[in-house]
Amino acid sequence: MTEAVLDVVDVVKRLGHGAGEVQALKGVSLSLNGGELVLLMGPSGSGKTTLLSVMGCLMTPARGTVRVRGRSIAGAGPEDLAKLRRDNIGFIFQSYHLFPTLTAEDNVRLALDVRGQRSRRTAITARESLALVGLSHKTKAFPIELSGGEQQRVAIARAIVGNASAILADEPTGALDAQNGQAIMAMLAEIARDQSRGVLVVTHDPRILPFANRIVHIEDGRVVREESGEHSREPRMLRS
Amino acid sequence: MSLKFRLASRNLFHDRLRFIATIVGIVFSIVLVTVQTGLYVGFGRMVTTMIDHAPADLWVLPLGTKSFEDPSLLDDRQRFRVLAVNGVAEAASLVIGFAQWRLPGGGTTPVFIVGSELRGLGLHPWDLVAGRIDDLSIPGAVAVDESYFARLGASGIGANAEIRDQKVEVAAVTKGIRSFTTTPYAFTGLDRARTYTGISAEKASYLLVRVSPDADVDSVRRRLQENLSDVEVLTTAEFRSRSRAFWLFGTGAGAALFAGALLGIIVGTVIVAQTLYSSTKDHMDEFATLRAIGSSGRYIYMVIIWQALLSAVIGFCGAAVISAIVVKATAESALPIVVTPALTLGLFLLTVAMCVASAIAAIVQVMRIDPALVFTR
Repeated sequence: MTEAVLDVVDVVKRLGHGAGEVQALKGVSLSLNGGELVLLMGPSGSGKTTLLSVMGCLMTPARGTVRVRGRSIAGAGPEDLAKLRRDNIGFIFQSYHLFPTLTAEDNVRLALDVRGQRSRRTAITARESLALVGLSHKTKAFPIELSGGEQQRVAIARAIVGNASAILADEPTGALDAQNGQAIMAMLAEIARDQSRGVLVVTHDPRILPFANRIVHIEDGRVVREESGEHSREPRMLRS
Repeated sequence: MSLKFRLASRNLFHDRLRFIATIVGIVFSIVLVTVQTGLYVGFGRMVTTMIDHAPADLWVLPLGTKSFEDPSLLDDRQRFRVLAVNGVAEAASLVIGFAQWRLPGGGTTPVFIVGSELRGLGLHPWDLVAGRIDDLSIPGAVAVDESYFARLGASGIGANAEIRDQKVEVAAVTKGIRSFTTTPYAFTGLDRARTYTGISAEKASYLLVRVSPDADVDSVRRRLQENLSDVEVLTTAEFRSRSRAFWLFGTGAGAALFAGALLGIIVGTVIVAQTLYSSTKDHMDEFATLRAIGSSGRYIYMVIIWQALLSAVIGFCGAAVISAIVVKATAESALPIVVTPALTLGLFLLTVAMCVASAIAAIVQVMRIDPALVFTR
């Protein structure tokens, strides 16, 4: 394992306003290190997605510290956070969130385009990224022409094309059958073999446990248990 | 092609029905604005057509004259005082006024008499298609426009009628001298014009002045104003401007045209704004995804602005085609719609401005976007 690519310490996040306000995260601390695949598990409403949003710099916490590659994001505005995301974080979503009017190649290129990379080289880079996920033959296909598994692979290609150090995946296998789910997780595990990259996966799916280096359990806005991947059965430590 | 542009164009063309509705809205709006502004330009030209065709440097007019058609009178003897002013090369009387044209078969119709000396400085008919100006020297001879033949009960050269119990004969025919008042112009000699309008020989409507080539127009004008009483001395440009201002703004005609144009702009802006807003709302997940993967706000705004610009260009092209047909159809009418190259450029810029302004609502919508939305959809 290497140093943390993402790191949150004692994070509190409240959602809603007034009488409807809920404390979604109640002092959570968690780090994502390079070279590891971490599974974040917990029941619905436990705060998994909120934690993923905070770690992904999509939300700022009410209290606590968020660090991206060791640098605190405290005081960062929306545009600063956007820059942190495009430079450091790749996202994979349960429902893929591909652009239906763009080809697979353009969907991947978009992640470079928002970084200001607009040379002809970007098309080659996008195709290389698609080749890494086994879609070199579908570069010109539109999302509607792809299966669910293929669409998720395009999303992975989009997440990794900019060499993000942290890949955050929200239920990446949630909409896929077992075979495709296993294939996607194998890809994410392969990405996490790179010591400069960490992969954090929010999931309900117990079938993907074998791919994890570490499993973090969250309940009611708190990390309640953390264990090593498939070789560990016992709780290792409590972080909050 | 940039990805931003590609995304914008695909967003725009993705929903064809909405795209067609947008373009129809822009076309309707710009055609309306074109017609209104084209009418404004055409009307502006029509109301000064007589001034434009009088070869005068200066106009001496009765004090308080609002427009060329204003039937005030001045003392014609002032012409001699005009000629005595240093720098004046030529001065000529001009008589205008309404008269009743008695049709050969009975009944009357109004005509607008324009009379001046037929030789030298004067306001003579132009674009003659039959007869000559010299033919107007025959007693009772007038020149009328062929477009008014039916109204005047005339069929061409030699047609007869009466004005104030005086015989009138069409001796020359023009083409395209239309009156914005719809009252036909009848050109004739100075004395005949006085007879037909009932103006005495000592009176005239205007004095046309031509300045010596070596004289300064403004200096001559100043000297004339000092030497004459109860008159104003205006340059041709000033008289043109005064006439135009009176008809366009004094009568409310210009305001009505502007109101129509403004209505077109408002309708177009609302239609485009509504379409861009709903398109943005439909693509909110995509914009949230863009934001989540780190795009700047500017990147997203540019996608929306591209959509607006594309709509503007396509809509303007459609409007230009329809406007060209309308312009051609009205070219021979009493009030043609005139679209100049400058007006075309102005309308294009207006279309672009309208569409970009319409994008504001969509941009405000996107500014509020929560990138964390991507996890909940």
